[in-house]
Amino acid sequence: MNGPSTPSLPAAYGDFRQRDLANHLGMWAFIATEVLFFGGLFLAYVVYRITYPAAFAAGSHTLDFWRGTINTAVLLTSSLTMALGDAYIKRGNRTALRNCVIATASLGVLFLAIKASEYHEMYAKHLVPGLPFDPQAPSPLQLFVFLYFAMTGLHAVHMLIGLGLMAWLLRQNRRGRLTAAHHAPVEMFGLYWHFVDCVWVFLYPLLYLIPQR
Amino acid sequence: MNAQGPPFRPLYGTYAALIVLLAMTASATALPAGWWSTPLGLAVAVAKASLIFVFFMRLRSQVPLVRIFALVGFFFLAVMLILTLADYFTRLLPV
Repeated sequence: MNGPSTPSLPAAYGDFRQRDLANHLGMWAFIATEVLFFGGLFLAYVVYRITYPAAFAAGSHTLDFWRGTINTAVLLTSSLTMALGDAYIKRGNRTALRNCVIATASLGVLFLAIKASEYHEMYAKHLVPGLPFDPQAPSPLQLFVFLYFAMTGLHAVHMLIGLGLMAWLLRQNRRGRLTAAHHAPVEMFGLYWHFVDCVWVFLYPLLYLIPQR
Repeated sequence: MNAQGPPFRPLYGTYAALIVLLAMTASATALPAGWWSTPLGLAVAVAKASLIFVFFMRLRSQVPLVRIFALVGFFFLAVMLILTLADYFTRLLPV
């Protein structure tokens, strides 16, 4: 792989394979910290769901099953377009990469728009903790709603960071800085985006699909 | 630059499997709820996440060290969950 666009090898590495391995190892170490970052909220969820099963079932029932399901499909599709973009830039196809990143970002914006409409509905139904709360609701329901906002909110922040990174990727791509030999930024961002997708894959059944007894 | 990139077909196959799994969990809510509802939902989530990890995140073609890094976060998450729940189940929750 000796082209004019081949980047020079940083002095720390013996060869490009070693550099790529270091990239992946570093990114996966970061993802491990993210697993534990979200993990604290998942732990709180598990403890309180075991403590207040009825309130959690009632809370899940206040959420819109269809918007949750559609959002899952939207995110899974955005993961596909990101993986395709990675496969395209490894073939040196910058136009296809641009289209894939734009598709991924658009699906990300669609996800956040659907999420925002859900947040607005919760606000309209007086189900936002900290604001005047529906007096009919049992008090542990606030705990479910709090966890709903904390978990989906932290997830949405990750999505926003992802959108910012995609804007940067598009800029780098337009300047011709992403090539088949220099695809690491696309690949590393892809790992981040797929991980954020995985978090939602767990949030979906835990928040939206609690059965009513 | 005609470098051979990773094949496209496994990506489309993974996506199809993910959508089938999503349709499975979503339609399972139409069945009468039982003790198995949540375990089923979580099992499907684990299957989906595994597909994403193995194919989209390319753990399939990674060296063992990277695979260990990918799993170590979940190992410590499991330690945190198990130790905390051991405490809740044996001391704090009414049994």
